[in-house]
Amino acid sequence: MDNTRRRVLRGASAAGAVFAAFATGALKPSDALAITWDKSAFEAKSMVDALKALHVSSATDSKDIVIRAPDIAENGAVVPIDITSNIPGTESISLFIEKNPFPYVGTFDMTKGAVPYVHVRVKVGQSSPVRVVVTAGGKHYQAVKDVKVTIGGCGG
Amino acid sequence: MGDPMKIRARMQGDVAEVRVLMGHPMETGQRKGSDGKIIPAHFIKQIRAELNGKVVFEAAISQAISRNPLFAFKVKGAKAGDKLSITWEDNKGDKRTDTVTISG
Repeated sequence: MDNTRRRVLRGASAAGAVFAAFATGALKPSDALAITWDKSAFEAKSMVDALKALHVSSATDSKDIVIRAPDIAENGAVVPIDITSNIPGTESISLFIEKNPFPYVGTFDMTKGAVPYVHVRVKVGQSSPVRVVVTAGGKHYQAVKDVKVTIGGCGG
Repeated sequence: MGDPMKIRARMQGDVAEVRVLMGHPMETGQRKGSDGKIIPAHFIKQIRAELNGKVVFEAAISQAISRNPLFAFKVKGAKAGDKLSITWEDNKGDKRTDTVTISG
């Protein structure tokens, strides 16, 4: 199989679609989202598959990523998490709850004028490592914090 | 559509601190209702903040975000009196935008 050719073709048709959208005025430049909702990553059922889908092959452990989350969360349905990246040139912050049915929680874009900080509340199905991956200068960095949950947040 | 968001945006030094509470069920698609049937997934997929019409923050998120999502973030280059709009869009194509004025 000529994979390169496939990729080129796919890229070309996607670019064509975007161009058509601009041309018809359906999409103003300000509407173009830098962040796309990456279906394959969001539907990945393991940490490994999620990272693969996001093209994160390796990430360096970094103390410059600060994760503030409770050590023990009584209610897994609402676990507050505070993330700060002190890595210069932070482009995005991605969050994963490793033991959730779908580990990838999301990506927050930091290239347009936001300070590399975000606070979210997430569901944690069972005690799990909370992993944050920061992209800066084309490289990936990570930090992990364990959160214990006494009542899970994903069942029902 | 959906309920109005509660947005608080306040200058803290030279950055605007933003907190937003969105009214949304954030159904995972894994829960069963009282009739034993799976409740279909219904969750916000994308959020975006604009400062005076220019995108300053955006995110792609999953159903793992808690019901009635709360986000806090900080925006550079803002000043009191600026307009901050936040938009969300869910997996059913529903969307909502609310705007506030940043306070000093």
